[in-house]
Amino acid sequence: MNGPPLKGQRLVALFLLGCLLFNFPLLSLFAGSTRLWGIPLIYLYVFVAWAVIIALMALIIERKDH
Amino acid sequence: MPRLKPIEPAMAARVLIVEDEESILLSLEFLLGKEGHAVSAARDGAEALRLLEAQPPDLVLLDVMLPLIDGFELCRRIRAMPALAATRIMLVTARGREAEVARGLALGADAYLTKPFSTRELMEKVRGLLAAPRPPSR
Amino acid sequence: MLSGALIVVLSFAYVGLLFAIAYWGDKRADAGRSIIANPYIYTLSLAVYCTSWTFYGSVGRAATSGIGFLPIYLGPTLMAALWWYVLLKMVRISKAHRITSIADFIASRYGKSHLLGGLVTVIAVLGIVPYIALQLKAISASFSTMLQYPNTVATGSAASLPFLQDNTFYIAMLLAAFTILFGTRHLDATERHEGLVAAIAFESIVKLVAFIAVGVFVTWGMFNGFADVFDKASASPELNALLVQGGASGNYTTWASLTVLSMLAIILLPRQFQVAVVENVDERHLNKAIWLFPLYLFAINIFVLPIALGGLMHFPPGTVDADTFVLTLPMSEQRTWLALLAFIGGLSAATGMVIVETIALSTMVCNDLVMPILLRWKFLRLTERRDLSGLLLGIRRAAIVVVLVLGYGYFHLAGEAYALVSIGLISFTAVAQFAPAMIGGLFWKGGTRLGALLGLGAGFLVWLYSLLLPSFAKSGWLPITFLTEGIFGIDLLKPQELFGLDGLDDISHCLFWSMIANIGCYVGFSLWRRPTATEHSQANLFVDVFRHVAPGSGSRFWRGSATVADLQTLLGRFIGPERAGESFAAYARSQGIQGSEQIAANAVLVHYVESQIAGAIGSASARDMVASVVVEEPLALDEVMAIIDEASQALAYSRQLEQKSRELEAATNELRSANQRLQELDRLKDDFISTVTHELRTPLTSIRAFSEILSDNPQLDAEQRARFLGIITRESERLTRLINQVLDLAKIESGAADWHPSEIDMREVLEDAVAAMSQVCKERNIALELRLPEKLPRVMADRDRVMQVVLNLLSNAINFSDKSDSRITVSVTVEAEALCIDVADNGIGISPADQAVIFEKFRQVSDSSSGKPRGSGLGLVISREIVRHLGGRLWVDSTPGLGSTFHFTLPLRREDAAAEAD
Repeated sequence: MNGPPLKGQRLVALFLLGCLLFNFPLLSLFAGSTRLWGIPLIYLYVFVAWAVIIALMALIIERKDH
Repeated sequence: MPRLKPIEPAMAARVLIVEDEESILLSLEFLLGKEGHAVSAARDGAEALRLLEAQPPDLVLLDVMLPLIDGFELCRRIRAMPALAATRIMLVTARGREAEVARGLALGADAYLTKPFSTRELMEKVRGLLAAPRPPSR
Repeated sequence: MLSGALIVVLSFAYVGLLFAIAYWGDKRADAGRSIIANPYIYTLSLAVYCTSWTFYGSVGRAATSGIGFLPIYLGPTLMAALWWYVLLKMVRISKAHRITSIADFIASRYGKSHLLGGLVTVIAVLGIVPYIALQLKAISASFSTMLQYPNTVATGSAASLPFLQDNTFYIAMLLAAFTILFGTRHLDATERHEGLVAAIAFESIVKLVAFIAVGVFVTWGMFNGFADVFDKASASPELNALLVQGGASGNYTTWASLTVLSMLAIILLPRQFQVAVVENVDERHLNKAIWLFPLYLFAINIFVLPIALGGLMHFPPGTVDADTFVLTLPMSEQRTWLALLAFIGGLSAATGMVIVETIALSTMVCNDLVMPILLRWKFLRLTERRDLSGLLLGIRRAAIVVVLVLGYGYFHLAGEAYALVSIGLISFTAVAQFAPAMIGGLFWKGGTRLGALLGLGAGFLVWLYSLLLPSFAKSGWLPITFLTEGIFGIDLLKPQELFGLDGLDDISHCLFWSMIANIGCYVGFSLWRRPTATEHSQANLFVDVFRHVAPGSGSRFWRGSATVADLQTLLGRFIGPERAGESFAAYARSQGIQGSEQIAANAVLVHYVESQIAGAIGSASARDMVASVVVEEPLALDEVMAIIDEASQALAYSRQLEQKSRELEAATNELRSANQRLQELDRLKDDFISTVTHELRTPLTSIRAFSEILSDNPQLDAEQRARFLGIITRESERLTRLINQVLDLAKIESGAADWHPSEIDMREVLEDAVAAMSQVCKERNIALELRLPEKLPRVMADRDRVMQVVLNLLSNAINFSDKSDSRITVSVTVEAEALCIDVADNGIGISPADQAVIFEKFRQVSDSSSGKPRGSGLGLVISREIVRHLGGRLWVDSTPGLGSTFHFTLPLRREDAAAEAD
């Protein structure tokens, strides 16, 4: 588990990315009344970003480094 | 979190340290001197006896492992001197064995401290010993 | 309208099923075939985070604030990315020190402080009881919703029933029974409860499935998919407002503070600590949980908004409480079984939380509140009782009942006062107070007990004043003027507009001020003065845990000399004699020993016992208890560690004060190597070592005394400090030398030393040795002379060892040379079967009495003038052992006052001897 410290660094970077995505001011960009595929943009944005973060986490964790 | 209490001048006492290890002696001198006690030092039993007779101290810190006359013997002799009936004795021993501690206490020591000691524990014990008068005899 | 009996029977049947699963889990664990030892069950158990607050409350919140329910789940997702550093560290530390609760963790980090553990426990209980009440309220509300639908429901009307007619009371008692049965089955150092975890994981599946089922039904059964829900909703202006800008949560400050709060909650809530740290079977499970747990949160939140919008559109405004949509939507469509499934899902969310939270709190109350007090009350004579395990279990069980009764009481009194979400957030803010002490303690060595204590205290008081008391005021228990006019009518002290700060919601407001107070005090008072030795060494053990503790082991150094029987009896008093026996047997197995009678009472065992007891009564008390048995410590390695730590610390501080860096570095290095060698020494189990400890204590005494003097007296002038540092340096060198010699001797005597015999030329060896010593001799004005015959046969010997002997004899000679015309002569004579090497000095000489003892261990010849022994007293012993091993002899001739001559022989090989005879 102590493995390559790279894994830990990647996760921290992902944490920072998440902090950025789920906060003002990025959130405010999607706060209009626009809807995409019938779904309000803010709702779609948060869930998609969330899913991407989780997918990246899975990728980082499950990836076998060499 | 025991912090050293401020020095109370009324508590100042005469203390004799008997210790043949120079650096330990130095640390004891510093610690007791800082509390305001008048400290004298002896490096062996013979010197200790001279100082004891010249000026009876309130407290003797006594190393057990001394050249020639050891701490136990010194302890026995102090207790045999009526002039030193009020003198408290604290053995400072590098052997924490119970048998030795018991022997020291049987010979008339009032307290003991195991090396390496915590300076705070040392000062607390010294304070405790000096605060109460020595019980008449045991 | 459903039959009340059906719902009651179903609920009790469900709890019965939990009993069965827990029982099965425990049985499997006893049989050694754990069902929870995989990352999936671990992740599901973490999902105890999702309580009825999630199950019912999220929909309620979404109905008023749109997307504003989400930060509570985004925060944990973000924190999961940091688990790699934070949670892994917590798990590793807790396993190594057998920490069983968050109170224990913080107390242990700051020098095993009872006071700190007690404070954390009090905060946790005060903060969490309302949260438990919230769960009971949810159960009660869902009951009445199911029973009274379609009559519009005044939620929580059960709270007004006398408790004997209130089903919630029975559910609470049933949960107490469950928790007692599976949470306090026995005392165990690891404090793990496999059956319980299995049941919790099962509950997590149930609540997820139930919620998604309702979501799917609403989204596709009542509407035509997500787009349809949103389309219809956007037709109504009020609902459209929820979709734009995240509705009322357009306030980004609230959003951010909720994210931060939930980030902290996911690691600091007692129940999360319980499942994530204490119940963790294998730290590798954490890996997968890092992404699986956020995935769970994601899944349980997808349908929150459709359900909320669906409910708002389906029911006429204001007729149905949005918190009950999960139940009322299926009911209104006559999907009774779906409604029942949702009800069971809500029940599982609530019971899971209550069970785990209660067990975590009861462990804290017992270990960090009750036991330290009981052990302190000498008149109870607890320390003399033979078996305390019954008492401990009794306290835990009582604590479980008390916590649940408190929760039920709070629910009864305050159930109506506040919406579900508010109570949860009050709890979150309470546990967030642990964050500075906890996270600071993990990464910052400088945090002290005082800082943690005052930080926690200050944060807690602010929380009390600006969040809890106002909630009381809103419930009508305090005059509302407390809120509107501030205490004593002082405007600046209005609890929710402290110092005139307005414009923040009450949670952000409290979070801001409490964190300022908390972090400010924690950092400020930590820097106020230096950490004590215990604080320092605990800080090292925690912050550097990855360096100290290999995965799966918990090694610390402590050599005590209690007997095995003493330790076993001690352990038996806390966990029961029978389990103590088993525990010792397990220990023997882990050490690869046949039976427990062969166990050696060494550092490992003492630590093992301490950690086992720590599991039962907390680490701070455990340390006291073990110390009471381990009276005599010939060489307490942790003491040595602490001393060395403190010495290095004193050196480090002084280094900042003055630039005597070279000397100090040398001393630090000496200490470090002494420390390493000491650990090696500890491994050589030998009677001899116990006699050595006395010799080690002398330098240690000086090092410790002067380190403490330097620590405690920062006002010392530079000259004095330099002098004391010099002594520390010298004494640590002496300690290192001594330890090396002891090791050397022990190795030679035990036959473990490496020998590299080769054909050596004594001429070359002696010339090298004399050259090495010539500088010292020049400095002391000693004439050093080497007399060699023209022809010297070679001998078979270990060159380095022979060199060691010669150097030893030379430095001995130098030490005893005190005259103005001192002279040392090294000469060799070739005899029939051996070379004889002589080292002669004209120093003070050795009396016949002393000649007999100088080859005994630690017998030093005193210089009669000063009474001061010289050297370590082992050099000659080692030299004699070496020469004996090489087949020769070492002896001394001396006349007091005139000097001494040390002789040693090295045998010649046969043919050389024969050639010599020709």
